[in-house]
Amino acid sequence: MQWDIVIGLEIHVQLATKTKIFSGSSTAFGAGPNTQASAIDLAMPGTLPVPNEQAFRYAVMFGLAVDAEIGRRSVFDHKNYFYPDLPRGSQITQMDHPIVGPGFVDVDLADGRRKRVRIHHAHLEEDAGKSLHEDYHGMTGIDLNRAGTPLIEVVTEPDMTSAEEAVGFARKLHSLVTSLGICDGDMSQGSLRFDVNISLKPKGSDTLGTRTETKNLNSFRYMEQAIAHEVERQMDILEDGGQVVQETRLYNGERDESRSMRTKEEANDYRYFPCPDLLPVVIDDAFIQSARDLLPELPDDRKARFKEQYGLNDYDAGLLSADARLAAFFEETAKHGQDAKLAANWVLGEFSAWLNAEDKTVSEAPITGLQLGQLVARIADNTVSSSGAKKVFEALWNGDSDNADAVIESQGLKQVSDTGALEKMVDDVLAEMPDQVAQYQQEQDPKKQKKMLGGFMGPLMKASKGQGNPKLFNEILVRKLGG
Amino acid sequence: MHNKSVAELSRDLESGNVSSVELTRDFLDRIKSEDTKYNSFITVSEEQALADAKAADEQRAAGNATVWTGVPFAHKDLFCTEGVATTAGSKMLANFVPPYDGTVTANFRQAGAVCLGKTNMDEFAMGSSNESSFFGAVTNPWGLSNEQKRVPGGSSGGSAAAVAARLVPAATATDTGGSIRQPAALCGITGLKPTYGRVSRYGIISFASSLEQGGTMARTAEDNALMLNIMAGFDPKDSTCVDRAVPDYTATLNEPLKGLKIGLPKEYFSDQLSPAMEEQVRNAVKEYEALGATVKEVSLPNARLAVAAYYVIAPAEASANLARYDGVRFGYRCENPKDLDDLYTRTRAEGFGPEVKRRILVGTYALSAGYYDAYFLKAQKVRRLIQQDFINAFKDVDVLMSPVSPSPAFVQGEKSSDPVNMYLEDIFTIAANLAGVPAMSVPAGFVDGLPVGLQIIGDYFDEARLLNAAHQFQQVTDWHQALPR
Repeated sequence: MQWDIVIGLEIHVQLATKTKIFSGSSTAFGAGPNTQASAIDLAMPGTLPVPNEQAFRYAVMFGLAVDAEIGRRSVFDHKNYFYPDLPRGSQITQMDHPIVGPGFVDVDLADGRRKRVRIHHAHLEEDAGKSLHEDYHGMTGIDLNRAGTPLIEVVTEPDMTSAEEAVGFARKLHSLVTSLGICDGDMSQGSLRFDVNISLKPKGSDTLGTRTETKNLNSFRYMEQAIAHEVERQMDILEDGGQVVQETRLYNGERDESRSMRTKEEANDYRYFPCPDLLPVVIDDAFIQSARDLLPELPDDRKARFKEQYGLNDYDAGLLSADARLAAFFEETAKHGQDAKLAANWVLGEFSAWLNAEDKTVSEAPITGLQLGQLVARIADNTVSSSGAKKVFEALWNGDSDNADAVIESQGLKQVSDTGALEKMVDDVLAEMPDQVAQYQQEQDPKKQKKMLGGFMGPLMKASKGQGNPKLFNEILVRKLGG
Repeated sequence: MHNKSVAELSRDLESGNVSSVELTRDFLDRIKSEDTKYNSFITVSEEQALADAKAADEQRAAGNATVWTGVPFAHKDLFCTEGVATTAGSKMLANFVPPYDGTVTANFRQAGAVCLGKTNMDEFAMGSSNESSFFGAVTNPWGLSNEQKRVPGGSSGGSAAAVAARLVPAATATDTGGSIRQPAALCGITGLKPTYGRVSRYGIISFASSLEQGGTMARTAEDNALMLNIMAGFDPKDSTCVDRAVPDYTATLNEPLKGLKIGLPKEYFSDQLSPAMEEQVRNAVKEYEALGATVKEVSLPNARLAVAAYYVIAPAEASANLARYDGVRFGYRCENPKDLDDLYTRTRAEGFGPEVKRRILVGTYALSAGYYDAYFLKAQKVRRLIQQDFINAFKDVDVLMSPVSPSPAFVQGEKSSDPVNMYLEDIFTIAANLAGVPAMSVPAGFVDGLPVGLQIIGDYFDEARLLNAAHQFQQVTDWHQALPR
C-alpha cells in the first residue's frame, strides 16, 4: 500500500531577551546552577509575575515576519501540572488568545519547488527549569536558571508531507528567527527545540490517521532521522494491520531508537484557565508599528537582493542569505574583496569547510569578513594564486597573522607578474621543449591546442617556483607559440 | 496608653510624651500578659520591634519623622516580612522565613512604623472563623464574660482580635470574600477592603488572586485612613495594581455628609438576617439621615448568585496558586519520600489542613476537562453580571449600606462541621470582592452584647468617601470605643 505522510511541527523558540519573561533575572546560558533564579522564578510565596515588554515585541516581530495577524488582546493562562523543575506547579502560557494568529512561511526545496507551510498560531510562554539526572548519586538536581526564559511556541498546520519539507521548514524558521535577532538559534543549547507530529494515511485519502508526537529534537539531522524512523515504525504497524497509538514519543538520535513517553490516556488534564495575576495585554497599533520599525531584512528579501546586487545564482544566494550571521559575513567579505562571486565561493567553500571541520558557528570563526575580503581582493588582482590563497587562509584561521598581505609577504606567496621576467622563463622553457612546440604549431583544432598549453604550465610553474602568474604565463605562451 | 488611637499615639510621640521604645515595650508586655486568652499572634518579633523602635526614636530626634514613625502595629501573617516567619496560618509554611519584604511591608518599614509581630489567621486565608489555623483558633475578646469562647471571624481573625483587645492600635489584613469586614464586625472594630488594584499584592501570600486585596484594621476610621495613606499606590511588581494618584485619605474625613445618597440593597435585608441585626443596621442608617444623607432602596439583582460564583472562582484560583507548595523548594516536606509522587502527595496531604484541601479539590474539579464551561466559565459570567449590578447602583447613589454578617460572633465549633453554613457567613460581603469595589465595616451597635457591623460599599476608588462617611458616623456614635466584655 502507498501512504501519504502528514507532518505538523511545534517549535519552542527561546527569545533572546536579556531578562526572563516574568522576572528581572538574567537569561544568560551557562551560569552555575540556580544562580539566575530569583524569588519570583522560584515561585516563592507572595511573589508575582510581571510581563517583560521586550518578549511581546519579539513575538510581534515574529508575527509580522510570517504575515500573521497579531492578537490584539493577549491573555496568559495557567497550565497546571506538577514537576520539580516547574516551580509554580503551573506553567504560564497562552491558550485561547495567543499573541500571533494564523500566518505562513514559504520554503524553497532542493528541486526548485516552493512549499507554503501555514502557521496555526504562535504563543508566548515561560520555559521550565532543568532536571539533572546525572552526577547526583541517584538523586535528581534541579537547576532553575532556565525557568522563566521567554519562549514562543510556534504551531504549524499539518502541511508537510516529507522529512525534506519538514527539515526545510525548520531551517527556514531558524533562519527567520535568527535574522530577526529574536533568538540566538543555538540548537545545541536548546534555543530552538522541535516537536514533530506525524501520521500516515492511505495515499489520496482525506481522513487523517492517528498521530504521534516526537518531542524535543534539537538538531536538523536528528529531526530528519526521527521522521524517517517514525514513518517507518508507523508504516510497519499499519501494514501489519495494526493501529497506531496516539502518544508522545522520545527519540534517541545516537541509537536511532524511539520509545513511548506517555499515551493519550496518561496525558495530564492541564486545567487551563486565565492567569489572574496577569491582566490581558492590549497590543495597539503603535506597539505593532514600533515592532515593524525594528524588522531587519528577512531571508527571502535578502536572497533576492544577493542575486540582484552581487549577481549570485539562486543556489548560492539561498545558502548565503539563510543565516543572518553568514549573510553579514559574506557581505563584509564581498565589500573588501572586490569580486562578489569570488567572495561567495570562498565563504561557501573554504570558510564553511573550516567551520564544519572544527564544529564552529559563524560568530565563533577566528577569521573576520574583513580579513577574508582582503584575501579575496588579492586573489582577484592576481597577487596570489588560489592554491597560495589557501595557505594564507589557513594562517589567518590559525591566528598566525591577522592580515592577508602580511602572510603573502612572509610566506613568499606573491605571484610574479613582471612580464619581462615571465617572458624570459617562457623563452627558456620553449627552447627546452622543441618537439612539443612543433606539435602545437601543427595542430589545427583550437580546443586541442588549448589543452596542449597545459603541458608547458608545469615546467613554467616549476621554473617560477610556483609564483608565476598562471594567467600571464598563458597569455605569453599563446602569443609566442602562435607567432 | 493602649486605648489610644494611632492618631493619638502619633501626637504623643511627636510631643515627646512617650518614646517609641516605651510604647513598644508597653504593647509587647500587654501581648505577653493578655494574648494567652486570644491566641491572636502567631509570632511576636520582640527583638526586631525594639530595635525598630529605637531606630524610630532616633529618626524622630533627627527631625525625619512621619505620622507612623515609632507607632506599633501588627501584620497579618499573610504579609511577607523579611527575616520574620510568615506562615499563612499553615503547617505548610510554619518554617518559612521570607528573604524579602512585600510592598506593603516595605511601605510600613519605610514610614518608620514598628511591627510587633504577625497575627493569626485562617489557613491560607480560607475561613470565616479563624478556626482553620494550624496555630490554633483565635478567641474573640467579646463574649468572654459569658464564659463562651466565640470566634473573631476570619480569615483576619487575629488582626481583628488583637486590635479589639488593645494589643495593637492597628493591624494589616486581607479580604478575599469578607476577611477584613466580617472579623472587624464580629470584633467591633473598623476595617476597610480597598478597591481591587488600590494596594499592591506583591508579598501577600496569594489564595485567590483576582479577589484578594490588602487592607486596614483599626478602631477608628481616621486610623484606617492613616494606614491606607501608606498602603495605597501603584507598584510595578504587581501587574494587577492600578496606576492612579493616591489622595490624602485624612484630608476629606471632616467633609459634611449633607446630600450623601445612600442606597440600601433590598437583597441584603432578606430573611437571612435576624430582626435584631436588621434593627441595628437600620438604626445606623437613621444616624446618617440625621447627618443629612438621603436613603433609598436599590437592587443588586444578581447578588444572590455571589456565594455560588465565589466558591467556584476562588477555589479554582487557589488550586493553581497553592500548587507551588510541593515540598521541593521551601516550606514543609514529608519525611523520607519514596519517590516523586510520594513526595507530592504526602507533603500536601500532611502540610495542608482540611479546609485548604477541600478548596483545592473543588477548584481542581471546577477546572477539569468537561466541567470548565459549566462551572468556571459560568461563574465568570455571573461575576460580570454582579459587577454590572454595582455599576448600575452607583449611577443612582453614592454608597451602599448593609449588614456585614447575618449574625454576630458565634461560638467556636458551632459551624466548623458545616462548610456551607460557614460559607454563608460571607453572604453580604462576597459580592464586593467579585466586583472589586471598596467596602468597609463600621461598628454600629450590639446584639446580645456582641458587636454588629455596618457595611458601607463604595464605587471604584471611592475609599475617601467611605472613610469620610465612617468618620462622620464615629463623631456622633461611640460603638467603636466600646471595650470588649
